[in-house]
Amino acid sequence: MAKKDKGKSKVTVYPDWCKGCGICVEFCPAKVLELNAQGKCTVVREEDCIRCGFCELHCPDFAIVVRDKEFPQKDKSENSDKKTATGKGA
Amino acid sequence: MSEITGNEIIHQYLRHNKKFPHVLCAGCGHGIVLGTLIRSIHSLGIPRDDVVVVAGIGCSGRLAVYVDFNTIHTTHGRALTFATGIKMANPKLNVITIMGDGDALSIGGNHLIHAARRNIGVTALVLNNNIYGMTGGQSSPATPLGSTTMTSPYGQLDKSFDTVELAKGAGANYVARGTVFHVRKLEKIMTEAIARPGFSLVEAITPCHTQYGRKNKYKSPVDMYKWMKKAAISVERYEELPEDQREDRLPIGVFVAKDRPGFEERYFAMKAEFQKKTVKGGK
Repeated sequence: MAKKDKGKSKVTVYPDWCKGCGICVEFCPAKVLELNAQGKCTVVREEDCIRCGFCELHCPDFAIVVRDKEFPQKDKSENSDKKTATGKGA
Repeated sequence: MSEITGNEIIHQYLRHNKKFPHVLCAGCGHGIVLGTLIRSIHSLGIPRDDVVVVAGIGCSGRLAVYVDFNTIHTTHGRALTFATGIKMANPKLNVITIMGDGDALSIGGNHLIHAARRNIGVTALVLNNNIYGMTGGQSSPATPLGSTTMTSPYGQLDKSFDTVELAKGAGANYVARGTVFHVRKLEKIMTEAIARPGFSLVEAITPCHTQYGRKNKYKSPVDMYKWMKKAAISVERYEELPEDQREDRLPIGVFVAKDRPGFEERYFAMKAEFQKKTVKGGK
């Protein structure tokens, strides 16, 4: 809930469930999320996430999940391009 | 992995064999209310078999379809009557009704006031989106004065119902109002409403951009959330405001909180008393 948590969380968006209403994008205080060409929400600046929980609480389609990065060391080796949104597929 | 939080809790309570994403429009607040309801029930630790969700007709009626509690989708405006029957048949259940503004205030208006008067132990959620959304945007009893709808193209002529004042006057045990922008507050209110005995009414202000917003100068669903953020004010601060500044503001919070016993408690107490008397008389 605060700035000390910056960069410690993993934001996942399920594109199949997202309807692109833009509430999360508009109100995200760290501007972590953006709408992509398909009009769906995507994670662009995950390292800026301060874990306020706004997007998760206000997503009407339950399409956003914010959780801890599981193992920080392991995550470092295999992160970079995997950080963007991954689909769950319903 | 630490314990699960947020939307992952909600995912556990959904019926995944139903079609997702749900039917509601992009930016509709009903999904947020459903999520808040699930989190409230989860935080109270009530087993899902002890929860009954009774929904009426309308956009809000669809919510009961998606959650894995005991659910029924009832006739228009009669969610509270079904809920009364369920509560009397098995008072151990936590009965929650989900109604829209048209459902609760117009078609089921009489049921609402009499359920409140009777103080039956049911939690009534009134999802107020100011309009009949599902049927094409006709003006409802909660449509604000002067706003444009499909059936009032030159502006609504009637004053809207104040749900909170109505429930207060009818004698509800617990009356509160929240908005889907202020989710934490809504969750707190809802948790308290479910935990309390007697009739509790929670009015949740949710935006309907598709039918209401587009006709009333809200360009996107986000604009409606911005309006809620701007207009909502806590009851305590609202009461301190001078009369002339109150007009556009929306007081949110708890309006009435009493602990009167519910109808079912009084009924079963009376029944036990008569049974005792009969046994004595028989001897």
